[in-house]
Amino acid sequence: MKILIKNGRIIDPANNIDKIADLLVDGDKIAKVAEGITDEADKVIDAADKWVIPGLIDLHVHLRDPGYEHKETIATGTRAGAMGGFTTVCAMPNTDPVTDNEILVEYIKMKAARDGVINVLPIGAITKGQQGSELADIGKMAQVGACAISEDGKSVSNPALMKNALRYAKMFDLPVFDHCEEITLAKGSMNAGDRASLLGLKGISNDSEELIVARDMILAGSVKAKIHLCHISTAESVIQIKQAKERGIAVTAEATPHHFTLSEEDITGYDANFKMNPPLRSKKDAEAIRQALKDGTIEVIATDHAPHHTDEKNCEFEKAANGIIGLETALPLGIKVLVEGGWLTPSELIAKMTVNPARVLGIDKGTLGEGMTADITIVDPNAENIFDVSKMASKAKNTPFGGYKAKGKVLYTIVSGETVVENGKLLK
Amino acid sequence: MFRRKDLLGLRDLSREEIMTILELAAEMKQKIDDPSLRSTELKKSSIVTLFYENSTRTKMSFMLAGDYLGAMVKDLGVSTSSVNKGESLIDTGMTLDQMGINVMIIRHQLTGAAHILAKNVKASVVNAGDGSNEHPTQALLDLFTILEYKKRFEGLNVTILGDISHSRVARSNAFGLTKLGANVTLAGPSTLVSNSMKCLGVNVTSDIPAAISNADVVMGLRIQFERQKNMPFPNLREYSSLFGVNNELLKKYAKEDVLIMHPGPVNRGVELASEVIDGKNSVINIQVKNGVAVRMAILKLLTESNVQGGGAQ
Repeated sequence: MKILIKNGRIIDPANNIDKIADLLVDGDKIAKVAEGITDEADKVIDAADKWVIPGLIDLHVHLRDPGYEHKETIATGTRAGAMGGFTTVCAMPNTDPVTDNEILVEYIKMKAARDGVINVLPIGAITKGQQGSELADIGKMAQVGACAISEDGKSVSNPALMKNALRYAKMFDLPVFDHCEEITLAKGSMNAGDRASLLGLKGISNDSEELIVARDMILAGSVKAKIHLCHISTAESVIQIKQAKERGIAVTAEATPHHFTLSEEDITGYDANFKMNPPLRSKKDAEAIRQALKDGTIEVIATDHAPHHTDEKNCEFEKAANGIIGLETALPLGIKVLVEGGWLTPSELIAKMTVNPARVLGIDKGTLGEGMTADITIVDPNAENIFDVSKMASKAKNTPFGGYKAKGKVLYTIVSGETVVENGKLLK
Repeated sequence: MFRRKDLLGLRDLSREEIMTILELAAEMKQKIDDPSLRSTELKKSSIVTLFYENSTRTKMSFMLAGDYLGAMVKDLGVSTSSVNKGESLIDTGMTLDQMGINVMIIRHQLTGAAHILAKNVKASVVNAGDGSNEHPTQALLDLFTILEYKKRFEGLNVTILGDISHSRVARSNAFGLTKLGANVTLAGPSTLVSNSMKCLGVNVTSDIPAAISNADVVMGLRIQFERQKNMPFPNLREYSSLFGVNNELLKKYAKEDVLIMHPGPVNRGVELASEVIDGKNSVINIQVKNGVAVRMAILKLLTESNVQGGGAQ
């Protein structure tokens, strides 16, 4: 099967390409990127005025499978990913049972191959059962294809154990994804500040994140390991990351669309669709995140797609589950807030959702180079996109972005040469 | 004028709505002392109390307020109900709705619980305390008591002392008093009074003499040991000597006719010395009576304005 994509704006940051050209897919590979390709093809896609970009890669997704299939499954989560232009997602290990051994990693891979429509890379837990007391089967998980390890949703509170995890994972070239949160300082349900005072909600202070950001960068530095910091949300974290990079520590960081788009001031009542961890911070923090994306301190945009059942959100705010879905809103929010807002060029935005996360994982994806696997997304960047939650492919509907006016619609998602989304609709 | 389905907090009430409640409460107060004035005007009303947290005076006060107006008042013993089987708040609310309840009075340990209940039931919902958010009927009875003795709010210096950060009473009072033109000062150790409370339009200080200087009203709040995880001060001895109020301090700094208030229950000798609690300026017991009057007024106003509630399907 050959697919010829004609006249699109090819944005391939890894190869420093941003030009109008054609792209030919042959089988599961990208055969050619050039102007005026005349090869015969089984399917021709007119991509005039569209962006042709590497399939998006999300380092931070909760597929909830196994154990929480009432929230999301690999079938529905990967479809949500495809609709959002993602061709690869990394699945967090806070499943039930926790993904802490090779059998569960194999299970997720098997389920993804059978029910999924995009690539799923399992992330293993750092400690057994995420209990923070002994290391999980990190090497075994690495052998069968875990892409990273993460304690997800919490930090490893014992610094000696965290240091060992960093040192141990380094042997397998396995990145450590770090959720930074000092739990004793984070006993609230929204950002600590004026808005929490107004609403009578207990606050989660910025220092709860910053303390672990600092601690774990120091630990990574001392064992010369790589560390990737998840969903950075505060201005002070950004300053620390910047300084650590200047000192040569191998740190990378991600930010979520909700943290660069919203702030605590968007929380006006007790709607738990605005509840997540880390919480929406102050306007000043959100601005610092956008600035850090611009200056490269934060090189990855990840969604922290966190599906929950309606009943887990339509309840007392303080009792409600943390997190929002994000796969189907990420790219349009990036275009609206970061590109139209003047923070990033289209190529910079796409780099943070393709080649940069691929580099964090050390995988050969996220580019449109000839001979690469044909993971390709085609986007209409000019289309108004008013989010309609009822039409989303995710099993969950927990998002604060219903009715939000974003920009850009995913028209095609092609995974290993196979079209999964066509004209904005799922084919399977 | 008062047209609302629910009473959830003072944050969203207007000055006029607050005054409507206080005026009606004055009328209701007579019915407490003179049983011959007790009426049956709410006899078609059914009221249920839903207390997920312990309470003596608030629950009893609401139940009697309903009784004095002839309503049918029931208590859902939360600890013996299906809540123990894991029933959600919304499901409990919808069940009660179907039974024809007109007013649900809820106290809950989580902020916003009353709001989520109100959104999901036809009955009127009265917030009798939600987490560390609001306790509007307590603040209204405090306002009523202040007005009864001081005849005004404009320009009054009201100082609230103690465990502010966990106090829904302090917050509701701050919302109400600032709307009515009083100067509000929140005072206590820095670990119990957050500076971000200033966004409510109040002063915040840890200097107790400064806090009670020229005070027209001093309101003490109990240290809520049940909500403390990390002890915010070394011990009670240190607390009472540095942050407690006694007659000597009052005499030296507050106005002579300072009104001493407390929502109860009191930790005697901690936030207020016993001599202050039992002193001539204390209206702590009057507050309790006024609480019944204010709650009668609220039940009447809500029942009249919510024609949809109460099994009218």
